[in-house]
Amino acid sequence: MDEAPVAVEADEARDAVVAALADALGDGLVASEVQPGVDAWVRVTADAWVAAGEALRDRCGMRYFNFLSAIDWQPSPYGRDMDAQVDGPEAREPEPREPGVTGGDTRFQLLARVHNPDTGIGVHVKADLVGDAPEVDSWIPVYPGADWHEREAWEMFGISFRGHPNQVHLYLPGAFEGNPLRKDYPLLARRIKPWPGIVDVELMPGDDSDDDADSSGGDAEGGDDE
Amino acid sequence: MTATADPQQLSYIAAQAADARVNIELETEGMTLNIGPQHPATHGTLRVIVRLDGERVVAAEPVMGYMHRGYEKLAEVRTYPQVTTLVNRIDWLGSFANEVPFILAAERLMEVEAPPRAKWIRTALFELSRIANVVLFLGDMGVQLGAVTPVFFAFRDREFVLNQIEAVTGGRFHPNFDRIGGLKDDLPKGWIEETRGVLGRIRTFCDEMEDLVVGNEIFQARTRGIGVIPADVGLSYGLSGANIRASGVDWDLRRDSDMGLAHGELDWKVWTHPDGDSFARYWVRLQEVREACTIVEQCLDGIPSGPVMAKVPRIIKVPAGEAYAETENPLGVMGYYIVSKGDLVPYRVKIRSASFNNVSITPWVLEGTYVPDVISILASLYFILGDIDR
Amino acid sequence: MSTLTLAVELAYWQQTTIRAVVALVAVLIPAGTLVYLFLFKMMSFMQSRLGPMEAGPYGSLQLLAEVGKFLQKEDVLPRKADRVVFKAAPFVVLISTFLLVLVIPGGPDAFFIDVDTGIFLALAVSSISVIGILMAGWASSSKYSLLGALRATGQLIAYELPLVLAVMGVVIQAGTLNMQGIVMAQAEGEIFGFGAIGNPFIITQFLGFVIFLIAVQAELTQPPFDMPVAESEIVTGYLTEYTGMRFLLFFIGEFATAGIFSALAATLFLGGWYVPGLDPTDNLFNVIGPLVLMGKIILVAFLIFWFRFTYPRFREDQLQTLAWKVLIPLSLVNIVVTGVLKVLV
Repeated sequence: MDEAPVAVEADEARDAVVAALADALGDGLVASEVQPGVDAWVRVTADAWVAAGEALRDRCGMRYFNFLSAIDWQPSPYGRDMDAQVDGPEAREPEPREPGVTGGDTRFQLLARVHNPDTGIGVHVKADLVGDAPEVDSWIPVYPGADWHEREAWEMFGISFRGHPNQVHLYLPGAFEGNPLRKDYPLLARRIKPWPGIVDVELMPGDDSDDDADSSGGDAEGGDDE
Repeated sequence: MTATADPQQLSYIAAQAADARVNIELETEGMTLNIGPQHPATHGTLRVIVRLDGERVVAAEPVMGYMHRGYEKLAEVRTYPQVTTLVNRIDWLGSFANEVPFILAAERLMEVEAPPRAKWIRTALFELSRIANVVLFLGDMGVQLGAVTPVFFAFRDREFVLNQIEAVTGGRFHPNFDRIGGLKDDLPKGWIEETRGVLGRIRTFCDEMEDLVVGNEIFQARTRGIGVIPADVGLSYGLSGANIRASGVDWDLRRDSDMGLAHGELDWKVWTHPDGDSFARYWVRLQEVREACTIVEQCLDGIPSGPVMAKVPRIIKVPAGEAYAETENPLGVMGYYIVSKGDLVPYRVKIRSASFNNVSITPWVLEGTYVPDVISILASLYFILGDIDR
Repeated sequence: MSTLTLAVELAYWQQTTIRAVVALVAVLIPAGTLVYLFLFKMMSFMQSRLGPMEAGPYGSLQLLAEVGKFLQKEDVLPRKADRVVFKAAPFVVLISTFLLVLVIPGGPDAFFIDVDTGIFLALAVSSISVIGILMAGWASSSKYSLLGALRATGQLIAYELPLVLAVMGVVIQAGTLNMQGIVMAQAEGEIFGFGAIGNPFIITQFLGFVIFLIAVQAELTQPPFDMPVAESEIVTGYLTEYTGMRFLLFFIGEFATAGIFSALAATLFLGGWYVPGLDPTDNLFNVIGPLVLMGKIILVAFLIFWFRFTYPRFREDQLQTLAWKVLIPLSLVNIVVTGVLKVLV
């Protein structure tokens, strides 16, 4: 799991997956990243979403459906809720979006992972979704297991899946409004009560209190209390 | 082979369920039966709405969310060390195993590695929590099929395993012992010898279950050929763990990928069964408990000396990036996809829990079975409600 | 309890009163014994636990505590239940139990009724409980109850047949339907000329005994045939909506019937109140007979409860298959063989 020793080597198996996808999708493949020996990511266009699933299943042997979810890249207007105060300012200046691995242009990014049980290689598939109530084709015809995951993504992020036979709430009560995992959905508990837990790092006996958040040098023994 | 029956049927079921009538309307074409959320067989609050024709299931639709705690949202406002407290509660029967993949993902982002001793102790605790978890299944399956005795044996012997976990971590159910970069503490004195004794008890328990349950003709009649899941279907639904190995897929993350634990250095075997039915799932789990005993034993023999904690900063900030780590947990594959922005708290945590995928196959597999088989299939798929609802 | 055993002549109403009281005791005592001995204690020991230990020595008064608990509970009726039928159902089940106990003799002169068609009567009245169960399931207005009651009905009807056919062998061998006659036939009989221990029919009718026990297990809806109450599938079947006193009646009915079917098995196959080596007409048996019978009841009940605690349950269709394709043909073969041997020997 330590990526340092193998970082320089090429990862043929994962590269082959990316190459097969590039071959199958053409322009549909936007970006890819392979961490040799660790993991692989590909980003496809939303239009190529189903085609990417089919190509992965049929051409790369990714028969195993692992999960499907989404990421909201627009940081919360309430900040990170770490230093939230009860009477603090409600909404702030929106922070800029900083997309992660393989980049991204839109607020919502679909994220799925499929796996090849024969070779033991998995790949993450991402797709940018345009708009505030995005739509994308359902993966159910490719991977039936995507059913519940898409229902979850629908209620948590407000992403609609075209062709989903039963797009109803999975976890939340039927009349629930809002999409809780969107970053702009406030976590009410943090809005009404300050969170004391953020500073709960206990000091060792004899330690100074200036061991602040920037001490990345690693001089402390790291929570090893006798 | 789509996930659900025809949509009209499903909306009909939903409509039937919505008005939640206690009383029957005896229609000749069938009736809707609520199995759960308060039902002895759902150990937790899973609800399965089944449409019956006589006792034959025409369509089944699980309803969950009765225990949804929103861990993915809560994890976004907790520091990395605090998240382990949350994820402990996902699969509460094998809690320690829940912490491991999260810690591994965070370690991968921070590019730290636990010292070898910590890895080996992690492996031992990981497999002990597998034993504590699956032993209960082995007994509980009997209860679901009407044999009350096995579960008492299971509770009796699980207690010894929990004692060992408690001796190390201080928590019977929620250890919260794993740390980024190692473990909170070292093993207590005398623990290794005591654990050997416990493993002997578990082996005896497995033999008892072999005689009392597996060898029982009625048990076989109730489980063989029931709830058959072909390998392809299982894979496309994302089944994992013993559920997919019982369908003949020889795939175990502990062996097939580098999870970051010590399994690769140990000598053990992955069990599969070609049938894919309820019996196969039970049988595979029974063998896995035995195999876990072997793994723990080898861990006890081979724990290297050294520190249990790597050098990590006191206040943990995880560098920006994305990482996914998965492990072969008692219930199946459990993974955490962490998106970090170089902060004290994770930006997004996607929890991929095993039971969620394992249960999502129920509409497919329950169709056309009888009510008693619904119970035996649900029991053999072995889910923990916290692992479905998160 | 007949006049012979008593020093004084009693009027008819006095005799009847005594018999009624004794019948009540004869239902409740075995039921209580079985619950304490097997359900509380033996089951616990088999499951490596102690069972009730607090109420009385070794928890022997636990039963009273349980009864007291049930009596205190509110008598809940489901809103849409058929009230009259719902309330009547437990009594119908109990009637069956009380009628059953009547035919069982406790000694040469210690019996409740002595009718020529004793075993026939027993098998006939044992079916009444089905009606009670069906009433309970239907009137509860619950799907689980209905499913349970329908399962119970199908099961009890299917197992009535092997039960009757298994008894047929005994009847052929004894040459009588009278329960006393069957005990006497065992006490005075001989097995192919060897008569030192009489002829307990368990030896010559072993197949019948096994079939009888399996059928009894199904009649009692105990595991492995407890689908009507399968608590992991349909909650507790027809008992789902019952609480308090009415549930207690069902509970008593279940265990009293277990005791009485054990008594039937003991009488039919183990020689009833008779102990080999003594004169069966001895007045002594009027005193020790009931105790001997009780001992044999516990023996048979041990088997019944041992199965109960060990086996998982069948599925409904597997149970029907077992009844119609295995037990009934086997018992028919048993009857034919018994008949042929009876004529030849």
